[in-house]
Amino acid sequence: MALDPSFIGRTYPASPVYQVSRAKIREFAEAIGDDNPLYSDPAAAQAAGYPDVVTPPTFLTIINLAAINIVITDPDLGLDYSRMVHGDQSFTYHRQVHAGDELRAIVHIDDIMYRAGNDFINLRADLCDADDQVVVVTRAQLVVREAAKPEEVPA
Amino acid sequence: MTAVGDELPSLTVHVTRKDLVRYAGAALDFNPIHWNEPFAKEVGLPNVIAHGMLTMALAGRVLTDWTGDPGNILEYYVRFTRPVVVPNDDKGATVELSGKVREINEDGTAKVDITAKFEGKTVLGKAQAVLRLP
Repeated sequence: MALDPSFIGRTYPASPVYQVSRAKIREFAEAIGDDNPLYSDPAAAQAAGYPDVVTPPTFLTIINLAAINIVITDPDLGLDYSRMVHGDQSFTYHRQVHAGDELRAIVHIDDIMYRAGNDFINLRADLCDADDQVVVVTRAQLVVREAAKPEEVPA
Repeated sequence: MTAVGDELPSLTVHVTRKDLVRYAGAALDFNPIHWNEPFAKEVGLPNVIAHGMLTMALAGRVLTDWTGDPGNILEYYVRFTRPVVVPNDDKGATVELSGKVREINEDGTAKVDITAKFEGKTVLGKAQAVLRLP
């Protein structure tokens, strides 16, 4: 079933504040195998001009995913999560995020399309800091594959 | 001096099931297609697959290894075109990541194309980044 295009342009309430911590940055950097000292050593980060250790480029997926979840669980939109795949992802960085940042995500539905049986939904999240400045903009395209036809449903 | 055509330091990563579980916890992405084999097969996948965002993160290491400071990355885009299938063994899936400078802009930035390959085929499409040059 096609998603309702009247949701295009909808903005969702801001997500709860996410506190960026040294421990989570280190955990994330280790999980992607990156030993860059700017992620783990406050002295190295300060020497590079930052107030504290900084985040790897895709660290903000943590906030982005939470923001996306607000939309995909919206019962009014009725998106079938079990048939959803991640089509694309982008990050636009206005400033480097560091430990101590307090960020909120404000999610917008930029577009909804229906092509060849699949729904495409483009989401944008503005990640704002404690001063209400947008520090990073994330964009994701989610694809909801067509539901199996009745004869394809396994018994 | 950076020039068009310059290659970024390439990277080869072996991604195991343990790595997927570890990334799931770090990124708070617990979609069962990344750790539950029966579930992955039930939804039509060949097996458990890596998080697309993990592949994006690994490709991001090519950028940060090159520039040193992640603060130099201004934009980063990838399209997820093919899954990285991760077998239940010690070796895991081998992902090869590389990058090349496509454009040098007058504002002191460079556009970089990124390639991520699994079993010889690209798994990210149109992967590119814009970086501030030192």
